[in-house]
Amino acid sequence: MNLEDILSEAGQAFAAAANLPTLDQVKARFLGKTGAITEQMKSLGALPAEERKQAGARINEVKNQVEALLKARRDALQAAELEKQLAAESLDVTLPGRGEGVGGLHPVSLTLARIESLFASIGFAVADGPEIETDFYNFTALNIPENHPARAMHDTFYLKDGGLLRTHTSPVQVHYMQAHEPPVRIIAPGRVYRVDSDATHSPMFHQVEGLIVDEQVSFANLKGVIQEFLQRFFERDDLRVRFRPSFFPFTEPSAEMDMSWGDGWLEIGGCGMVHPNVFGHVGIDAERYQGFAFGLGVERLAMLRYGVDDLRLFFENDVRFLRQFA
Amino acid sequence: MQFSEAWLRSLVNPPLNTQDLGHLLTMAGLEVEEMVPAAPAFTQVVVAEILSAEKHPNADRLQVCQVNVGEAQPLTIVCGAPNARAGLKTACARVGAALPGDFHIKQAKVRSVESFGMLCSAKELGIAADAEGIMELSADAPVGTSLRDWLALDDTLITLKLTPNRGDCLSIAGIAREVAALTDQPLVARDMSPVAPACTDTLPVAIDAPEACPRYCGRIIKGLNPAARTPDWMVRRLERCGLRAIHPVVDVTNYVLLELGQPMHGFDLARIKGTVRARRARAGEPLALLNGQELALQADSLVIADDTGALALAGIMGGAGSGVTDGTVDIFLEAAHFTPDAVAGRARAYGLSTDSSHRFERGVDPELPGQAMEWATRLILDICGGQPGPVTVAGPGVAPAQGVPFRPDRARRVLGFEIADAVMAGILSRLGMSVEAAGTGYLVTPPSHRFDINREVDLIEEIARVHGYDQLPAIPLSGLQVMLPAEEGKRSVTHMKSALTSRGYQEVITYSFISDEVDRDFRVEGQTVSLLNPIASQMGVMRGSLMGGLLQVLRHNLNHGQERLRLFEVGRVFISTRAQDQPLRVGGLSYGSALPEQWAEKARGADFYDVRADVEALIHPLVARFDAAAHGSLHPGQCARISIQGQSVGWVGALHPALVQKHGLAKVPFLFEVDLAALTRHPVPRYAQEPRLPAVRRDIAVVVDAQVSVGAMLESVRTANLPLVAEFSLFDLYQGQGVEPGKKSLAFKVLVQHTEKTLTDQEIDAAVQGVLDNLQKNFEASLRG
Repeated sequence: MNLEDILSEAGQAFAAAANLPTLDQVKARFLGKTGAITEQMKSLGALPAEERKQAGARINEVKNQVEALLKARRDALQAAELEKQLAAESLDVTLPGRGEGVGGLHPVSLTLARIESLFASIGFAVADGPEIETDFYNFTALNIPENHPARAMHDTFYLKDGGLLRTHTSPVQVHYMQAHEPPVRIIAPGRVYRVDSDATHSPMFHQVEGLIVDEQVSFANLKGVIQEFLQRFFERDDLRVRFRPSFFPFTEPSAEMDMSWGDGWLEIGGCGMVHPNVFGHVGIDAERYQGFAFGLGVERLAMLRYGVDDLRLFFENDVRFLRQFA
Repeated sequence: MQFSEAWLRSLVNPPLNTQDLGHLLTMAGLEVEEMVPAAPAFTQVVVAEILSAEKHPNADRLQVCQVNVGEAQPLTIVCGAPNARAGLKTACARVGAALPGDFHIKQAKVRSVESFGMLCSAKELGIAADAEGIMELSADAPVGTSLRDWLALDDTLITLKLTPNRGDCLSIAGIAREVAALTDQPLVARDMSPVAPACTDTLPVAIDAPEACPRYCGRIIKGLNPAARTPDWMVRRLERCGLRAIHPVVDVTNYVLLELGQPMHGFDLARIKGTVRARRARAGEPLALLNGQELALQADSLVIADDTGALALAGIMGGAGSGVTDGTVDIFLEAAHFTPDAVAGRARAYGLSTDSSHRFERGVDPELPGQAMEWATRLILDICGGQPGPVTVAGPGVAPAQGVPFRPDRARRVLGFEIADAVMAGILSRLGMSVEAAGTGYLVTPPSHRFDINREVDLIEEIARVHGYDQLPAIPLSGLQVMLPAEEGKRSVTHMKSALTSRGYQEVITYSFISDEVDRDFRVEGQTVSLLNPIASQMGVMRGSLMGGLLQVLRHNLNHGQERLRLFEVGRVFISTRAQDQPLRVGGLSYGSALPEQWAEKARGADFYDVRADVEALIHPLVARFDAAAHGSLHPGQCARISIQGQSVGWVGALHPALVQKHGLAKVPFLFEVDLAALTRHPVPRYAQEPRLPAVRRDIAVVVDAQVSVGAMLESVRTANLPLVAEFSLFDLYQGQGVEPGKKSLAFKVLVQHTEKTLTDQEIDAAVQGVLDNLQKNFEASLRG
């Protein structure tokens, strides 16, 4: 066979190989130990020296061409095989994933977490206290003596063995100030209880108490903090906050906080400057220190934030409702 | 407190419309709860007189009336009311009138008689809920006058939600005083000058409890006209404040209470024997009240008594036997000052709340009794006639208010804004306070009606309030910014919650009070913590465990079509009422298949080990022990006490079969409850170098008695500190064919590791043999052939 024939035959033979093992067998016919190209090389020795170089160069050239043909065919076959494998392995990716689902947090928890993180960003730590309280912490230390008409505003649950269910988170103020020196900057989220149950009142609900005690904290700061909080909480810079004079025995001046909502105002909670008598009960110098406290209704905030129109849904715990807040 | 706007405006009349007046009050701390018109809108209704009423020619129940509406010619009006009669003054809607309910009066033929208008009932005009027949106006009503003017219907009923500190505003005069100060308008004063006595009769008055009753004023008025009637204008004002006319004397005392804020009482003089005495009740002393209640008095109650016994519960309610009646001719009028301490809590103790007790509990101007006595006397004389005696005044009175030192700088510091001394002094003066310069500040003496003012901060509040809270700036916090501590060794509750939510658990929040029965089913610590005044019996006790509430949520959701639930709650449970016995816990419930229903996974009910893995994820990175132990609410064979570092921290297990049956559950719920405090602390990670050489794994299978605890086997090997054994864990458990009944086959993985050198087969075998020896010795384990 002359070199031209070898080249053309190799081209045809490689193209005819249907897969890689066949291609390897075919390869041996040309490039193997007894292959056509190898035979040609062996025959060089028989040529006169002056022709040998040229003929050798010619054989090498054909050998390179055969190898290129081989590589091209191998690449093509490999690509085809990969294609086939991929086709065989392809899945219906639209089938659902497997495994455990994901649960979620209660909307009141989401709201509390949001409140905590906003206040944490201006340095408020989180404090906590018991839910069964003594008369002292829930009332007396907060400047609400026995028989004070303000007690009637509280509709208190009492326990048979003494004590009561805290009617507000304000007792945490007292616990905290008894244990810590000023400056104080805390919020105290938690459950509170009132003997009241109808469409708009739950016998158990959540409040967030805020307390800050320092030398120069003013009523104007209270307004500033509450306004900023509500604007950040609702992500609305145009939200307006209104302070209305009110009365809580443990703050003075005291205010109700209203927030603009639609065409009107909504009550969000109460606040005021810590009353000197409260400082007296916890041994803080009311001449040197002043501070403010506020109490926010968490369910009210959650309802407004998430568009929930019935307070009772929060404690019915229907998972169809709860899963909306994942 | 509900009152009539017109009444208020008779005392102070600022140039504000009703809405603006309401806003002014609200923003001054006297919150307006409701404003409703005294009457709905209607037009062209006039006072009319029926001149004649004759039977309708074609209808038995109708009359044809000739009606004078103040014009030259009377109108013919057909009327169906049985009380339409000649001479009656009534309300007539003229042709063209618009009545409430979009009802327009037209000229109309009624059974072929032309009718030129309509005679109206109070109901048709929207000023009464019910009415029998057309309105019956007084004989002096001027014909032709607009009914709205004659009955003063262009009025608003304003309801205030007053805070307990503002007892001084529980009267029209008090609110007027406040409005006058806020708007700088003049105030109309009532004539409270002494009424000259027309007789000399008096009753002796004694005060045995001056600390409770520091002032008692009494006066006899003799010879009242028993036929006198309370005038319409007074009845109207009382009604618009929510009170009904009863008797002229009672009406006057109510009127004075509403107008001035001084509760008063009128006794029938004939029923008082001897001395009028303000004293403490004797325990068990009987008193029949005006409302029919028969009391056995408590000894701390203050009564007004005569020589025979208690006549009235002082400052709360009069007695049934001594009040004025229709035949009363001579009265003894009381205007006294009772201290808040003497009244507060007492009314409630008897289940009473009266206009009088409401005021005395919050405080009444101590100077008011004498003034109110004169104003009430004038009103009674006007209405009933009679001869007043001199006023008897008993008691030491209340010491005048002390001056309160006021430092303008302090006010500016508390309020946080610049406000001039003079502006503050001006506000205090407008509130009726005497303001005298004293040193760098002022000495401020409040008027007697501002008994709530007794320290500097009270004055600061008044300044802020009158200046207007909305006028104060809102200023962000400033000062030293300090980072909050961030303890890395402390896990937040949020972090723990997300361990559960990522495993499919949904958070719930249930009431902390549950039924006694549910509590008994799940409480394993402490005693029942019962409420004295629960809202309902199924919310009668404070929970001793979170499990009961979770089970109730499960029940609710199963009833609403759910089949598989993962629930958790974080909340307190109540071991006792002590503060340290109210631990925060996290409780969970797992019900239904191990995984949500899905393709290519064989459905399998969740079991103990699935839930145990959830608990381990919750506790991670801490590691807990699970030991078999008994818990009353859980399956005795599928229940573990959880402990961390030797401390018991909670429970996990299957609900006890008896409770599964009791709750009618198709599947068995698994429950857990863990103390949150035990999970919050964990060590901050500390790097330790890992051996560079890989460990060698050897698997061993042993057979042990089926009762042997795998946990004990693992612990035995792990705590034995066997040389080179780096890890020992279970990877398979088998019982069945090939394993003797009563036995189980366990497959363990042993990782053998030397920190520095490559191990020889001999060394590895020796290490594994150490493990086998341990298991053999402690658990009679045999290598599985």
